[in-house]
Amino acid sequence: MITKSADKTPKIEVEVTHIQQVSDIIKRFTFTPVDGAPLPVFGGGAHIVVEMPDGDIIRRNPYSLVSKPGTTENYQISVRRDDVGRGGSLYMHNSLHIGDHLLVSHPVNLFHIDRRARKHLLIAGGIGITPFLAMMAELEDESANFELHLSARTDGAFLDELRGLYGSKGSFYRDDHNEVIPLNEILTGQPLGTHVYVCGPTGMLEWVLRTAEEAGWPSQNVHYERFLAPPTGLPYEVNLATSGITVNVGGHQSMLEAIEAAGVAAPYLCRGGACGQCETRVLSYDGELLHNDHFLTEEEHASGTKIMPCVSRFQGRELVLER
Amino acid sequence: MLVEGIKSRPIYHPLEPKPGSRHLFVADAEGAEAILELAGKTPEGFWDKARILYIPRSSAGKGYEDRLQALTSFPLYVGPTIAAAIPRLTKELADANMGTQIYLAGTEGLVGQAMIVALEAGVDQGSIQREHRGSEARRVQCVHCKGITEEVTTQPVKCSHCGLMLLVRDHYSRRIGAFQGVCIDAEQPGTAPEPEEAFL
Repeated sequence: MITKSADKTPKIEVEVTHIQQVSDIIKRFTFTPVDGAPLPVFGGGAHIVVEMPDGDIIRRNPYSLVSKPGTTENYQISVRRDDVGRGGSLYMHNSLHIGDHLLVSHPVNLFHIDRRARKHLLIAGGIGITPFLAMMAELEDESANFELHLSARTDGAFLDELRGLYGSKGSFYRDDHNEVIPLNEILTGQPLGTHVYVCGPTGMLEWVLRTAEEAGWPSQNVHYERFLAPPTGLPYEVNLATSGITVNVGGHQSMLEAIEAAGVAAPYLCRGGACGQCETRVLSYDGELLHNDHFLTEEEHASGTKIMPCVSRFQGRELVLER
Repeated sequence: MLVEGIKSRPIYHPLEPKPGSRHLFVADAEGAEAILELAGKTPEGFWDKARILYIPRSSAGKGYEDRLQALTSFPLYVGPTIAAAIPRLTKELADANMGTQIYLAGTEGLVGQAMIVALEAGVDQGSIQREHRGSEARRVQCVHCKGITEEVTTQPVKCSHCGLMLLVRDHYSRRIGAFQGVCIDAEQPGTAPEPEEAFL
């Protein structure tokens, strides 16, 4: 049973046709289109937003596509179970079964391969490997020059598969063996024209970005993807001026989710503070805007005139949005 | 005669020191001044990692070579012409690693031609520092015969290949490192205005 929503983003109805336990906390899901029509093509690094009807709320989480680019028969995503998260991954792990139907968005790519690169250096931490699975399939097909450095907790997810597929192009580092990516050596030894792509936990991402900058890597050669899960906080009210309604945002809900739950159509793409699609004008506020996105500039954050409701929150007496 | 606001017109900024494992400078003529001025702003150890390729051209005999050589222990490369220095730059870039910062300074002809080599080596244009110093003379491509005329200082200018009188535009090709020249008297040949010094 598919719940209709006010969301006007085009959706594709899919059936869960395969679930693979990749490791103790990672599952790979295969989605096949219900109408049998070919799915939209995607490139390495693309993600889809999966809509999860979880009780009386609809969760929408972005997941990188891990299947081979060019595949139109099905989409595959890999989901790491987060026991202390907001519940999206728990829903995927515990409530989703083969034969279930879901709505997914068209693929969106905010982390694509830069084909001007002479060489591609991929650095992943844990589940951050997911966008690279599709990227590497594409790079391998094109006989492009690339290398992967993956740091993971143990010898679990994907490692055997990656060793088999990419052999010496992959280097693997295990946290449980105290192995650390020799980042400085890797970054300083790359030929001119190399591009680096990073995906992983925030701490790792910042480490790579900072080290690359200090090593003289220009920002044009550094690519990263960071989907933020919407942070939780205190409940608050938002006044939507255009719609003429007031919406309550729960402590575990994002502003975007609350707006959607009230039946107001709001634009979005990544739902993780990265793409800028949900940018909304702040008409007035009395309190503090809690910006969490990495799309707006610091000046825009300070201006108090814009907010990204997918990840940002509010604390105070009144917030009026142009929505 | 120039159309204002053409977006392809290159924009130059004063050179600034950036962190890097190596600093590669390419300069001609008074571009040496840009490097010498940068030397006042560089952190400790910066010049130990610097290589300079210099083409004196119109500044020959002004002593820039000695002052540039004094900055770094790497031997200064002094080239007779831009064309002669290009293979050397190509080789430097082929051997370079990420972390190499590229600084170009001098005439637009030098900066544009060095840019082509850097772009071909896979360097993003946004990461190349460029400062214009000295002569305003332009490298102009005739859009009709595609021939390139160097050191253009007049407006209009006679194409050194096909002989058409060309209006030198601000329209710039990054790929060939030249401004575009368009026939100025196509409707009535022979009615071109007298060339006047415009790019000194």
